[in-house]
Formats: sequence, structure tokens, C-alpha cells
Amino acid sequence: MAQKNGKTLVNINKLSKLFPVGQGIFGKADSFVHAVSDFNLQIKVGESVGLVGESGCGKTTTGKLITRLLDPTTGNILMDTEEGPVDIALLKGKEMKTFRRRVQMIFQDPYESMNPRMTIFDTVAEPLNVQGIGSMSDRETMVADLLETVDLVPASSFLFRYPHELSGGQRQRVAIARALIIKPDFVVADEPTSMLDVSVRTGVMNLMQDLADQFDVTYLYITHDLAVARYMCDRIGVMYLGKIVEIGETEDLLHNPKHPYTQALLSAVPVPDPTYTRNPIKISGGITKPVDPPPQCRFYNRCPLADEYCKTHDHPPRKEITPNHYVACYHA
Amino acid sequence: MTVVQNSERVLEPLWRIRLKLFARGFKKNWALFAESPIGLIGLGVIVFFGLIALAQPILVNTVWEPKVYDPINGFDIEIPYHPSPPSARHLLGTDVLGRDVLSQLMYSSRFEFALGLISAIVTVLIATTIGAVSAYFGGLVDTILMRLVDLVIMVPFLAVLIVMSALMGVGMIELALVIGILSGFGGTAIVIKSQALSVKVKPFVDVARVAGGGHAHIIFTHLVPNLMPISLLYMMFVVTGAIFSEAVLSFFGLTEIQMSWGLMINTTQVFGYLMRFDTWWLLFPASLSITFLCAAFYMVGRALDEVVNPRLRER
Repeated sequence: MAQKNGKTLVNINKLSKLFPVGQGIFGKADSFVHAVSDFNLQIKVGESVGLVGESGCGKTTTGKLITRLLDPTTGNILMDTEEGPVDIALLKGKEMKTFRRRVQMIFQDPYESMNPRMTIFDTVAEPLNVQGIGSMSDRETMVADLLETVDLVPASSFLFRYPHELSGGQRQRVAIARALIIKPDFVVADEPTSMLDVSVRTGVMNLMQDLADQFDVTYLYITHDLAVARYMCDRIGVMYLGKIVEIGETEDLLHNPKHPYTQALLSAVPVPDPTYTRNPIKISGGITKPVDPPPQCRFYNRCPLADEYCKTHDHPPRKEITPNHYVACYHA
Repeated sequence: MTVVQNSERVLEPLWRIRLKLFARGFKKNWALFAESPIGLIGLGVIVFFGLIALAQPILVNTVWEPKVYDPINGFDIEIPYHPSPPSARHLLGTDVLGRDVLSQLMYSSRFEFALGLISAIVTVLIATTIGAVSAYFGGLVDTILMRLVDLVIMVPFLAVLIVMSALMGVGMIELALVIGILSGFGGTAIVIKSQALSVKVKPFVDVARVAGGGHAHIIFTHLVPNLMPISLLYMMFVVTGAIFSEAVLSFFGLTEIQMSWGLMINTTQVFGYLMRFDTWWLLFPASLSITFLCAAFYMVGRALDEVVNPRLRER
């Protein structure tokens, strides 16, 4: 089992990422998409945290910021190291390489996340190769062992195939193997099951959970599917337009949603009962792009509870309603 | 579930597997290539000229007497009047200076190959590197490299070669390098860059970055292998251009090459036999060879295009 000693592994403080839109003739952007704004999250060692939200709410951007595929506009991400928390934006050279060894990412699309000209062996061994771990024959054994661990058996029949010769589920297993081969502490999984058939989804999710225990991995699980998040995560954060609007322990959040957006999301989950009459929480309109958003609550335009107070005040601060359950809403 | 530790598993050595994979890939691509008659004809012509090129030194050392059949210094004293029409002794006749035309033709084809391939390799190396690097880094690097490419496209390279040949001797290697550097790489670099731009945004590049891959690692293990097919294709087209350019320059007598197809036509022209069809053997063998070899490389290029680019396949 992963050690759950309550130590904070990743601490995200006031993280913001703005993307320029509509560039003027002199290359100066006149407006910005606030993909992630004022984002706070603490992830403890051994924990699985889910990040749930609609398409375009900044989930993937958050994942890319944590793995430092993007640099934040403001705010910082502190990663726990042997010398205490370190801001990952300041890492350089050797420290950066160590960071790359500790944090891995599993991507959404198993069809595009593998180089079509590399064999499965080369794909899985690439992190070892880049990090300079083991000799060539060591790597072959390590890769073969890990492939069998992720249920690609016998490994020898998969090692030297090309990605296009594998099915979606098999590819995602390869992607998982690849992320885990250098034994990272922290894995950002960006919708790893959303492109898979429902029939193989559970298999991949079980595999990820088993591996989390086996390799002591902490997950940040990005998804738009509440059922998946419930299955995989200890805590769930609900994101809306770049901000976490509600976060809490999985069961607590799902049974006592406080934020109107979470309530709406939950009321949209299908129930396998034809006689069930739902009492839907109406939110009107669709998600908008947060281009230069007004300071008021991000959910104001679609919120059934919105009133004059919400309109005239800034985005509500996050408050703790019950232990470990935080909501950012004036009406909660 | 436990980590599988199966150390008794017998794994084949890596190089043997890679060789097998290469053979398998080659077989598959060959099957696609063989579907196109154009490509097969082109390949046949290239192989034909290749054999000719290889046969010449062997023939000179065995059947042909070097004094008579040497392509540059040979002279047949037994024939009273040169140029002489084709005969059993000289299958394609002799030229104005009494040299065997067939021997010249065969001797030249070797150099045409060398010239075409050297310049094509130079072009493709430069173009692929520039295309991949400028697509990958973007920004200032991209701007600088692309302006350089614009400059190279603008340079009238025939004029440059004329000036060069006035200032210094332009031999085979110099010519190949100048053609390689100046003639083809502008357009090729732009095409390869556009391809590289579409490869660079693929998630597997991000995956490599997360694994800790540096710029060089990503460019050379992810971008370049995915650009190789298109590079290879353009290589074929550059060969055509190079052979053609050499013919033009030699025809104008601007190179110091001792024997080539262009030079054979040049000799014909200098002695005033160019527009006379009664001495056809002076003009046609060389000019048809240029035409056929250029066409052959182009045809192979077209067929490769179909292998590389599945949308062009008629299925």
C-alpha cells in the first residue's frame, strides 16, 4: 500500500495561466483566455485526487502546468523533495531531469500519444533511455517485466510490434507502462479511459489502482466522468472555468453537493431506472470561454441561485463547510 | 497482483530483432511500390544505367583496348575519318575526336549517379535539419532560418555557378555541393517544415518531454524519423534537378568535368555537328540518356510519393 502519512506532495498556490487571444499588429495581445485562474490544490502522498469538469474548463491545462509542459503566468507549484518544497518553475538542468523522473503523465488519446515509427519496446524504454537508466539488455528485461505486469502477456509478442498493431486498450496499457517504468512518485492521468470502449475501461482503471498501490504512486486523475472519478479517487475537485468550485472527499461530495454546479452535474448522471423522475437542476446556456472574465462569480451567468449579491461581489472565496469539504459559493 | 519477474525468459538480441523489423517494413513498402507501374519502369531504367556504369571499367580492362576505347584520351587510328557512324567496332560510332561514344556514355553515367546522389543527400540533410529545427523552436529561430531559405530560393544558382566557374575550376564534387546547397533546398525545407509543424504538436512529443527528453532528443528521435519519408521523396526530385543542371552547365562548357553527357553534347556543338541529323550518334545517345535518367528518378519519386502518402493511392 502507498504510504499515507499525510505529507503534502504537491502544493498548488494561486496558479493562473492566461493564453493571449486576438493579437494586435504589434504582437501585443488585447485579451486573454483565463484557462486556469487562482487555482489552489494540495495533494498528499499516496492520495488520488480527481479533477472533474466540462470540456474547456482548464483541466488539461492544469495537468500540463503540473508536469511543466506549460509555465504558469502567475502562482506557483511546490513539489515536495528531499530538501523540502521546491517551486517547479525554477528547476533547471539536473534538478529538472530528476523532476521529470518523479512526475509522469498519461495522455488521453492512446492513438496519438505514441510515435508511430517506434516499436512498443522503444516507446516504453524511452524514459529509461533519456534518463540513462540501465544497460540495453537491462532495459529489455525491465520493459518485458512491466509489460507483463500491465497484462500484455506474453511480453515477447508485444515488444517489437508497432502501436498501430495494438488495440486501444492495449495501447493505453502500454502508455501506463511507459509512465510507470521510471517509478515516478506522481502521475497526472489526463482522461486515460475516455477514449476506450466501456468494456475495457474498468480493466484499465483496476490496473491503474493496482499499480498505484504497487508502485506507491500518487495520482491526479483528470476526467469529465463522475462515475470514473468516484471509482478512482479519494477526493474530487469540481472545476468550472479555471477555478475549483467545490472539493471534498469523494462520497461526501457526491452525496452532499453544495455548489449549484456540482448539483447540476450530479443531476445529469443517468440513472438505470425508467420510472425514475428526475428533478433536474436547470442551468441555462453552455460553457463560455473565459476571455477577460468579469470579477464576479464565474458561474454567475448560468447559476440558478444567482442574485444581486453575486453580481456585485468578486468570485466567492472558498470556505470549509464540513471538514475537508470546501465550496466557493455565497449561497452554500 | 505482483510484478512479474520472469528472468528466465529468453530474449533475442536487439540488433537481430531490429534487422527483422527493418526487413519486414521494407517488404511491406516494396509491395506498395511494386503496385505502381511508373515506379517499376523508373527503377528499371535506373538499374539499367547503374549496370552500364559498372560495366564500363570492366569492359575497358577486358574486351576493349584502353588506347582505343578510353572515353577521354582514346583514339582509333584504324578509322580514317572521324566522326564515324556506328559499326561493329564502335557500336555507337566515334565522336569528332575519334573517341568511342558508347564508352563515353557508359563512363559518364557513373558520374551522373555520383553527382545526383551527392547533391541530393546534401540538399536533404540541410533541408530536413532546417525544416525540423525551425518548426520545433519557432519564434526567432524560425524567422532567421526561413529568411535564409527565402534568400537561397532567390539566388539564381546558374548565374552563381557561371561566376564560380570563371573564378575557380568547378569539378564534380564542387558542382554537386553547389547544386545541393543552392538549387533544391529552399523549397524542400519549406515543405519539410510544414510537415514537421504537424508532427510537433502530436501528443507523443509532449510525452517525450514529460519523460525528460531534451530538444535534440525530440528533434532526432521523434521529428526526423517522421519526416524521413517526405525527405526521401524530395531526394528523388533533387537528383533529377542535379543531373539536369549539370547537363546545362557542361553544355555551356562551364565546368571542368572531363567527361559527362552534357559535355558530349557540348563537343558536338563546338565542332558544328549539333543540328545535323546525319551524325545522329553524336547527339542522341547523350541527350536521350539525360532525358531517360531524369525521367526515371522522377518516376521513382512519384511512386514513392504514393507509398508515403496513402491518400494518393488508387484504392
